[in-house]
Amino acid sequence: MLGAAASLYVWALRDLPRDLREALAGALERETSVTGIRVLETIHRNVEVADTERNLVCQDTGIAVYYCRVGERFPLHPAGIERALKAGTERATVEHPLRSNTVHTLTRESTGANVGYRVPIVHWEFVPGWDGLDVKCVPKGSGSENMSFLKMLVPADGVNGIKRFVLESIVEAGGKPCPPGIVGIGIGGSADYALHLAKEAIARPIGTRNPDPLVAQLEDELYGLLNETGIGPMGLGGDVTVLQCHIEHADTHMTLNPVAVNYQCWAARRTSAHIGADGAVDYDRDF
Amino acid sequence: MTVTHKLTFPLNDPAAILALRAGDEVVVQGHVIGIRDRTQIRIFDQGIEPPIDLTGALLLHTAPNVRKLGPGRYEKLCIGTTTSARMVRFTEGLGERYGVRAICGKGGFPDQAIEPMQRLGMVYLAIVGGAAALETTQIEEIEDVAWEDLMPECLWKFRVKDFGPLTVGIDAHGNSLYHDVQNRARQRLEQLSARL
Repeated sequence: MLGAAASLYVWALRDLPRDLREALAGALERETSVTGIRVLETIHRNVEVADTERNLVCQDTGIAVYYCRVGERFPLHPAGIERALKAGTERATVEHPLRSNTVHTLTRESTGANVGYRVPIVHWEFVPGWDGLDVKCVPKGSGSENMSFLKMLVPADGVNGIKRFVLESIVEAGGKPCPPGIVGIGIGGSADYALHLAKEAIARPIGTRNPDPLVAQLEDELYGLLNETGIGPMGLGGDVTVLQCHIEHADTHMTLNPVAVNYQCWAARRTSAHIGADGAVDYDRDF
Repeated sequence: MTVTHKLTFPLNDPAAILALRAGDEVVVQGHVIGIRDRTQIRIFDQGIEPPIDLTGALLLHTAPNVRKLGPGRYEKLCIGTTTSARMVRFTEGLGERYGVRAICGKGGFPDQAIEPMQRLGMVYLAIVGGAAALETTQIEEIEDVAWEDLMPECLWKFRVKDFGPLTVGIDAHGNSLYHDVQNRARQRLEQLSARL
C-alpha cells in the first residue's frame, strides 16, 4: 500500500494520462494564433522530453491529493490507508528526490518531505459490500490552485449567474493557471462542499460528462463559452483557453446557489490504481 | 510576422532591449538568475543586498528541484518556472537599484509593471509554464547559489543554452500582451453575457 502510494505520486509527476495527451494534441490542431501555437508546440516538446529523459513534466510537485473509494469489506481500515498514503508520499519525495513544497501556513517553514499536518489531502468515498480500494493521485500545482474562486450567488441569480461567474473567473485568472487546462466547477451543496466538488471535477478523466443531462448540457455550453474569451495558451491570446469544463453538483438549500471554480493546469497530472482485498495492485484503473 | 531574437545575458546594451516588441520570440544564451518570492522579500523587505551581481541580468521566477553534491554545489533535477504575478511589486526596484534588464516568468505581470518597465528599459519574457522537463535540458549547469537557507527559493545562477522559446509579454515601449488580452476578453465577456 505504501509502495503503491509512492509509485502513484512519482508516476503522476512524470507521465501524463493518455486522455490528456489527446486533448493537448487536439488543442494544437485547433489553435490559430502565433503565440498559442508556439506555446502548444513547446508543451508537446516538453511532454516528449519528460518521456525520454524520464524527468518530471513540471517542477511543481504540487500538494498531493488522493481520492479513495473504499469498499466496506476492504481489509485495511481507512486510518491505515491514510497512514500509508502519507508515508508513500514522503518516501517518493525523499527517494526520487522531489522538491518539497509543504510549509507551515503561518511560519512558512518547511514541514518535511511533501507531508505535514493534514497533508497530503485525502478524500473518501465508501462503497457498501465491496472488498476493493481505488486510489487516485492528483498532485495539484499551486499556480492553478491559486486561481480558485467561490461565490455565494442567490437563487434569483439563476443558472445565468453561474455562467457569468465562471466566465469572469477564467478571464480574471488569465495566464496565471497555465492554460489551456481543465475548469472544475462545483455547484450546489454548501460553500465548502461546492469547492470540494469543483476539485473533484478537475480530477475526472478529460471530457467525461456529468450523468445528469442538465448538468452535462451546462458543461458543454460553458466549454464553448470559455473558449470564446480569447485568453489562449498561457494567457498570451488565442483560440484554446480551456481543454475541458467539468461540473459536479449537489442538491442544496432553497436559499443557496453556491458556485465554486477550481482550475487544473494543462499538466493535469492524474494516476490511479485498484488494490484488491489480497493486496494485489492494478495500476491505471482510471476513474 | 514572427520575429525571433537571439540574446545573450547579462545584457547591457539598452538598444537590444528596445528592439524587442510584444509578441516577438526570444531565445537566450549565457546566464539566467533564479529568484522567487522569499529571495525578493529578503532583498527588498529585509533590505539585504543580493550577493550575486544582477546588472544586465535576465531573472527567472523559479524554485528548482536539485540534488546537493557538496558545499554550494548542486545538480539540476527539474527546473521550471513559477507564476510571476505574485512578485510584480519588486519590478521597479530590480530595474532601478540593480540594473535588471529582463524578467522571465509565466502567466504575466499585471499592468502595474508596464510603466516601470518602459521607464527603466526592461522587458517581461513569457516562458511556457509547466514545461519544466524541456527547460531543464536548456539549463547546462548551476554555476552558483546564494542564500541556501531559503532552499529552494535561493538566489541561483544558471548557465543556459538555447533557453526558450520565450515570448515578449511586456516590452519596453509600454505594450503588454496581457493587458491587450484582458481588455479583449472583458469586452467579449460583455457580449457573451448579453447572449446568455
